[in-house]
Amino acid sequence: MEIPYTISTRPDTGLWNAKIGIWLFLASEVMLFGGLFSAYIFLRLDAQPGEWPHGLLNVPVGTMNTAILIMSSVTVVLAWAALKMRRYNAYWWYMLATIMCGVIFLFVKLYYEWPQKFEHYGVFLKPSALEKYEQYLGNNRRTEKGMEPRIEISGHLHNPEAIKDPSIKEYEIGLDPVFVDPNNPTNDRPHFLYVPPTDHIAKIEKEDVERIDSFGPWHSAYFASYFTITGLHGAHVLAGVLVFIYMWLPVSKKLYQRNPEHLANRVEVCGLFWHFVDLVWIFVFPLFYLL
Amino acid sequence: MDASTSLPAAAGHHHPHTHAGEHEHHELGWWRKYIFSTDHKVIGIQYGLCGLVFLFFGFSLMMIMRWQLAYPGQALPVIGKWLPYFFGPNTMPDGKMTPEFYNSLGAMHGTIMIFLGVVPVAFAAFGNFVVPLQIGAPDMTFPKVNAASFWAFGVGGVIMLTSFFVPGGAAKGGWTSYVPLSDIADKGPGFHPFLNGQTLWLVGFIFLITSSLLGAVNFITTIIQLRAKGLTWMRLPFFVWAQFVTAFLLLLAFPPLEAAIVMQLMDRTAATSFFLPAGMIVNGAPLHISGGGSPILWQHLFWFLGHPEVYVLILPAFGIVAEILANNSRKPLWGYKSLVFSVLVIGFLSFIVWAHHMWLTGMGSTVSAFFQTTTLLISIPSVIILSAFFISLWGGSIRFTVPMLWATAFLPMFGIGGLTGIPLAFNSADLYLHDTYYIIAHFHYIVAPGTIFGLFAGIYYWFPKATGRTMNEFWGKVHFWPSLICMNVIFLPMFLQGMLGMHRRWYDGGQGWTLSGEHIWGLTGFQWNTPISWAAWIMGLAQIPFIINFFWSIKHGKKVNDNPWEATTLEWTAPSPPPHGNFVITPVAYRGPYEYSLPGREKDFTMQNEPVEPAERSRRAAEPALAH
Ligand code: HEM
Ligand SMILES: [Cu+2]
Repeated sequence: MEIPYTISTRPDTGLWNAKIGIWLFLASEVMLFGGLFSAYIFLRLDAQPGEWPHGLLNVPVGTMNTAILIMSSVTVVLAWAALKMRRYNAYWWYMLATIMCGVIFLFVKLYYEWPQKFEHYGVFLKPSALEKYEQYLGNNRRTEKGMEPRIEISGHLHNPEAIKDPSIKEYEIGLDPVFVDPNNPTNDRPHFLYVPPTDHIAKIEKEDVERIDSFGPWHSAYFASYFTITGLHGAHVLAGVLVFIYMWLPVSKKLYQRNPEHLANRVEVCGLFWHFVDLVWIFVFPLFYLL
Repeated sequence: MDASTSLPAAAGHHHPHTHAGEHEHHELGWWRKYIFSTDHKVIGIQYGLCGLVFLFFGFSLMMIMRWQLAYPGQALPVIGKWLPYFFGPNTMPDGKMTPEFYNSLGAMHGTIMIFLGVVPVAFAAFGNFVVPLQIGAPDMTFPKVNAASFWAFGVGGVIMLTSFFVPGGAAKGGWTSYVPLSDIADKGPGFHPFLNGQTLWLVGFIFLITSSLLGAVNFITTIIQLRAKGLTWMRLPFFVWAQFVTAFLLLLAFPPLEAAIVMQLMDRTAATSFFLPAGMIVNGAPLHISGGGSPILWQHLFWFLGHPEVYVLILPAFGIVAEILANNSRKPLWGYKSLVFSVLVIGFLSFIVWAHHMWLTGMGSTVSAFFQTTTLLISIPSVIILSAFFISLWGGSIRFTVPMLWATAFLPMFGIGGLTGIPLAFNSADLYLHDTYYIIAHFHYIVAPGTIFGLFAGIYYWFPKATGRTMNEFWGKVHFWPSLICMNVIFLPMFLQGMLGMHRRWYDGGQGWTLSGEHIWGLTGFQWNTPISWAAWIMGLAQIPFIINFFWSIKHGKKVNDNPWEATTLEWTAPSPPPHGNFVITPVAYRGPYEYSLPGREKDFTMQNEPVEPAERSRRAAEPALAH
């Protein structure tokens, strides 16, 4: 038994099946990421002054990753066009380029962007102690200028054993540059990771501390959404890469020889998915890196 | 995801042949044919059987709970002794139910009935079995995706069931899994970090959502692409329309819940605070969390699914009932176009009413005015549909077959459920009724004597198509009447209990609460629990004739022809049971779905694939009123 319109189009709808299928699937994906982005907006609007961090991510690296993804969206179209022109060799190279872009993107995420956050610590101060650490926070000037206060001091934790050990009374933090020079206007729009922490060590007494956490998902609503959304997005990139690898392997060449249009349709469908993944990143990048 | 891998991978080996299925039939072994099948009919039946088992299991959980509500703190006789062997020693020590187990039963009853019972049967089973046949298609557009959908459902179901047996038992936070409770429940000493009730609930859910996503994509594509020649949109049976809209609801409403579930999973396993505000104190100790989250966020995302979900539960039943009413009143369905239009409007509006489940969150008068308005608007198409159904009966020559009994009973039952929803649409009235037994009664009238009656109607109606035999009529009636009576004895008093203010989640059935000592109709609110519980248990017994009838009739039911109900839609042109590939002759549709009692014809039904004769054409031109 054959299902009609798997490869050819149905005259009155002008579409083949998988093309409708993928658009429906993408509609549901829009709702999935829509749900996550609405959560981001909801939590951000709900955040107390100073709770929502700004400028913690590495913008140049993020920009590079954005460019890589956009490039891969172009190469996947070229791969599809090559198939339509029945040039398998060109297809093979364009597909390889697409796969490489996806892999580089994931590599940057997993080996550069994510891990460094887990070694970076933030100390949230009790409201009553903010005054005491004014030299690091520069809140007097910020209040004057109508900016949100700083409630956290971040940097490299030199004595991580202090977290567990109650006999140690203070945390030693190798400060991020902002806190060394808090009143410098260039630091109003804060630092980008990864700028290494300075040698300047601040001692923060435990009793002034509300909580200390590394920059993992548990750090704040901001990092919770960051890891969840980029994680889910990364899973989509990974899925796309795996499917593309399948279409690039010799098995797909066999399909090409049997029915090139069928392979072209598959690439088109997966290409649409890939564009969507790209589009999600176009939202992720400004929301987390820039705003 | 790769939708295109569902294209028949072996396309190259196949040669077009007319007796489509046969060739493959010989090749497929028993496992491929009945278990790992990609045939929409087998998948439909698999969904149906699993769904029915889950329905009965979910109902059994409630039958156990009903003991605790009627006789709080007393040992459950007989089965109370062996339940601990099944569910674990801490659930019913000495036959007495612990509060934790009561909560697990409640949460899992709701979850199982809705997501593992009604949705799989109403949408997946009937949709899979009937829709391709009704539109004259050989199968679904993506048969492998279809099988994947079923197996994702299976995995989800197994995970949900397994959660009963992990330390601490199954999820306890209600089918709505409200936070912060669900974020912090089933954690700490005595619980496994991952294999605990609530976490498994979330993981199981991800599989169920995947399953319905795959199903929804498949249904919509199939309806768009595989309609038989001549089967234009306005010639689709109403059942197909209902499934079409349902599929869109599942497609678009479930993903935000999936987002919420991922976030709750993160809260539970990665220490995030999506749904936790700062300063939470649990068991006297402050939680080490970042805070900055919001419990209201969960409610929004949950009900964004939750409300469309209630229409997922009811629309397929509308569709089934419509088919059966037309067939058994031997009349065209009244107002076909307004039915289609109404179901589309319901589909659209159901996305913008969700906050009517959240009046108590204090959303402010502007927002609540918006949601009160949309909620009232959505009741208009529901009323249109119900009225059209009633009018369809008017002047018909009604045959009270077993499917028709269920379908007719559906109408007033759904009516009660729908009308009692209207007060809830006003936040001033709902502030009082919220979270009481009134709510339980309201939505159960819709899903239990409503949807589930619709499902029974559909089972009795399409059983001959699936097996070539009918179910026994007498035992069908023995199943029907007690079920109808018990349903009402169960749910009608709950409105009264609710209006007394009895809370829907009480472990002691309201025994400890003074106001439940008020008398209504001779019994106190609390005492009403007893007749309700007895009715529930009797209704459990009333399902036995159905179960026996169902399995017995597969082999021994009365043999019937391909169109035993003398119906008009295309599924009745296929052999019973239809072979792989469905139709012997690919059907072409020449007319609308409900051409019953056309004047000037010998038979009182004219099937969709019967060409319009010249004489008929001129008669129709003269009487345009009959042309639809
Ligand atoms: C026709 C008009 C309807 C109106 C105006 C309406 C209104 C409402 C409102 C306002 C609530 C929230 C009450 C509360 O929690 O305090 C509610 C609860 C509910 N309704 Fe309806 N409803 C209608 C029809 C339906 C239908 C068709 C279904 C299902 C098939 C349904 C299923 C439910 C369920 C399941 C709940 C309770 C959810 C829960 O809290 O666990 N309702 N209804
Ligand atoms: Cu609702």
